[in-house]
Amino acid sequence: MSEKNENEIDALEEDNSAKKNSDTSTIIQYLSFVLGKEEYGVDILRVQEIRSWEPVSRVPNVPFYEKGVVNLRGAIVPIIDLRERFSLSKPEYTPLTVVVVLQTGSGSHTRIMGVVVDSVSDVISIERTDIQSAPDFGTKVSNEFINGLVSVNERMVMLLDVDKLLLLETLEQNDY
Amino acid sequence: MSIDMSQFHQVFFEECFEGLEAMESGLLSLDIGDIDPEAINTIFRAAHSIKGGSGTFGFTVVAEYTHIMETLLDEMRDGRRQVTKQAVDVLLGSVDCLREMLTSIQNEEDVNAESVAEHQSALETELNGESSVNEKPNVAATPATNKAPSPVQSQDEEDEEPEIEEEQGWKISFCPYLNLLKTGNDPVRLFRELSALGQLTTNVNIQDVPNFNELDPEECNISWDLVLVSDASESTVREIFSWVEEDCELELSPLAKPKKKKKPKAATPVSTPTTAVVETKEVIAPVIAPPPTTVVKKASSESDSAKNAPKASSSIRVDTDKIDTLINMVGEVVITQSMLGLIGENFTMDKVGQLKRGLAQLERHTRDLQQSVMNIRMLPISFVFSRFPRLVHDISTKLNKKITLKLVGENTEVDKAVVELINDPLVHLIRNSLDHGIEMPAERIAAGKPETGTIELKAYHRGGHIVIEIIDDGRGMDKSKLLAKAIEKGLVEESAILTDKQILELIFMPGFSTAEQLSDISGRGVGMDVVRRNIQSLGGNIDIISELGKGSTIAIHLPLTLAILDGQSVAVGDETYIVPLVSIIESINITEKMLNKVAGKGETFKLRNEYLPIIRMREIFNVKTGAATKPNEGVIVVVEGQGALCGFLVDELLGQQQVVIKSLEANYRRVEGVSGATILGDGSVALILDVPGLVRLSVC
Repeated sequence: MSEKNENEIDALEEDNSAKKNSDTSTIIQYLSFVLGKEEYGVDILRVQEIRSWEPVSRVPNVPFYEKGVVNLRGAIVPIIDLRERFSLSKPEYTPLTVVVVLQTGSGSHTRIMGVVVDSVSDVISIERTDIQSAPDFGTKVSNEFINGLVSVNERMVMLLDVDKLLLLETLEQNDY
Repeated sequence: MSIDMSQFHQVFFEECFEGLEAMESGLLSLDIGDIDPEAINTIFRAAHSIKGGSGTFGFTVVAEYTHIMETLLDEMRDGRRQVTKQAVDVLLGSVDCLREMLTSIQNEEDVNAESVAEHQSALETELNGESSVNEKPNVAATPATNKAPSPVQSQDEEDEEPEIEEEQGWKISFCPYLNLLKTGNDPVRLFRELSALGQLTTNVNIQDVPNFNELDPEECNISWDLVLVSDASESTVREIFSWVEEDCELELSPLAKPKKKKKPKAATPVSTPTTAVVETKEVIAPVIAPPPTTVVKKASSESDSAKNAPKASSSIRVDTDKIDTLINMVGEVVITQSMLGLIGENFTMDKVGQLKRGLAQLERHTRDLQQSVMNIRMLPISFVFSRFPRLVHDISTKLNKKITLKLVGENTEVDKAVVELINDPLVHLIRNSLDHGIEMPAERIAAGKPETGTIELKAYHRGGHIVIEIIDDGRGMDKSKLLAKAIEKGLVEESAILTDKQILELIFMPGFSTAEQLSDISGRGVGMDVVRRNIQSLGGNIDIISELGKGSTIAIHLPLTLAILDGQSVAVGDETYIVPLVSIIESINITEKMLNKVAGKGETFKLRNEYLPIIRMREIFNVKTGAATKPNEGVIVVVEGQGALCGFLVDELLGQQQVVIKSLEANYRRVEGVSGATILGDGSVALILDVPGLVRLSVC
């Protein structure tokens, strides 16, 4: 890949291919977004697209934070409100509300899901060594979805584990 | 060769498996004593194509193995060999073995050499033991044909004939018939293969070639005299010509006479049969035994089938008629589209009528098009049924029962996905009928029934469903025994009073089995609940009728297709749901008078002379939007699910439409009471109700 061509997409691609070629690459890019007053990040390779909120079709008898399903170019995709999932801010739905469409799983078993966030802020590049593990709060705060913490410009960003986050309680539900 | 053969592998495997099926059904239909030469021909042809194909693709193990089968079949075909039950069984065993080999090769695993060798020696025993009259005039052929079957060759080709003699080889006269080229054979390819065996000299005879203006380029007017200097055996050389042997005259004569060479060669076949004959009894037994066990494995261990799943055939064979219809339909759509385009070009209000007509036509054509595309996915149920004669044959032999299998309605068409998924449950049900249903011959005679039991496998369409029935005239199910067993296992309260139907349904409970003895065919009590679950996951249901002493009928109802359904959209609050049209009996506005409360809670309404439970969709789905309705302000949709009638209370009926079923589970999860989702005309998502599930949900 040419270094002269410095537009963003190429840079991203270069990074992706570098990541594929060797896992020793230490820079990881994260998409950061805001929930309430907190900032979170997800691996950018998991982000399929960012959309604006559109009305969902409610699905009966599921947890309140699973808002429903939408039609994403022919696929039925569930929408989860992360603000409600983590009880962080009042869920308001305007055309400016952001839905981040994430991909989970690998190989032939990928699933697509949309998560509702307050706003998307930035793409941040992080050295692998800069990631700190999340402190243990005991039972007070569940940190099962947190992969680690990182500080960017004095702000703390929590890195989310997409696979764990989107692993709905499917097992017990399907087990009949 | 530079062509990448692997691109044809999939087709080759499919053809092979088809061929094997043809052989199998041919073998099963062989009536010992009265042999239909056409039947043997069919089997022979299938074996021959498999041999040819596998040779071309370099699967020598398969080719060599098939060659032995072919030799045996050839002798049967020419009437040089009696067709015995034993021979048929051995051939059936080798069909299984071939299938195993091909599956292994397809999955890029190693062929199980042991089982191949075992089957091969059984075949050889059959071939040599009952020595056929050797009518071959060519002396050299004797050691050659006998040599081919020896296991040594199949396992390690390079091993053979380590000693090389000088000036040894074959003089080959190859006179193809005129039509050789038309059959798609290329002599050059043959020669190339020959030259791989050794040094090849070719002399072309062109005296038969006509004048240029009379020449037909598609005819082969040339013949060849070939000299091959090689240590290859005659069978190896003939093998190369095997694909064209019906389209040519072929003469082989040895170049030199390697006297020393022949002796050790001749010794091999002599020793092979003698050792094999001793083993005959042990060998035959495993040959017959394996098929049922493999079947058991398939059905019981789901992980096994999951492992094989990725390699399952994803292509489909379609009747050309169906494709022609489709092409016609597309033509119609294109015409309609251009007509509409014409109207739109200079549109004036007086053309509205024309436009409406055009749109109506387009709608009709789209619907037809959709129908014919769906039709492509439809396969006759015989794809599943065709393997059952074998299953019944094997198991009944094993159990010493006399059973005939009757197939009815094999041409009933059903969606490909259904065909693939219904196989395992059916295998299970048929095994049950064979094992538990049909009695031993003596027992049957004592009960005043014909000695031979009958199992009928029947498929037909009813409504939007396909019904598959398995009817046996066996001993039926003993309801009191079932109930006692259920109580003993703690599955039912002792004081419970169950209807006959409920008692029969007990067999679907996990862990339930009344078989006194476990066998490898059935009796572990893990199957029926799996069967029911599989069928329910296909959107179907299963019913049992059984009468003690007279037999049982198991009926499976399945939707015809899994991709599209006719739906009634209903409004509940602000939400839209789809009720499958097939399950709707009627929809009525109800009045207060018809309503009753049971125990102050459950609501029922009186429809003609029946009381039906009401399910308030608003409540069961927790709908909070829109004004709350009293029952008399809504509409009751009377539905049938799992044989029970029930009324769904909705706010409004919206309209009927065909909907494309989308999986909710692909990205999300299974939701109780919902069988799937679909996308409405405005792009929004509507959930499709799982009627049997909802009925179950409300009853529990």
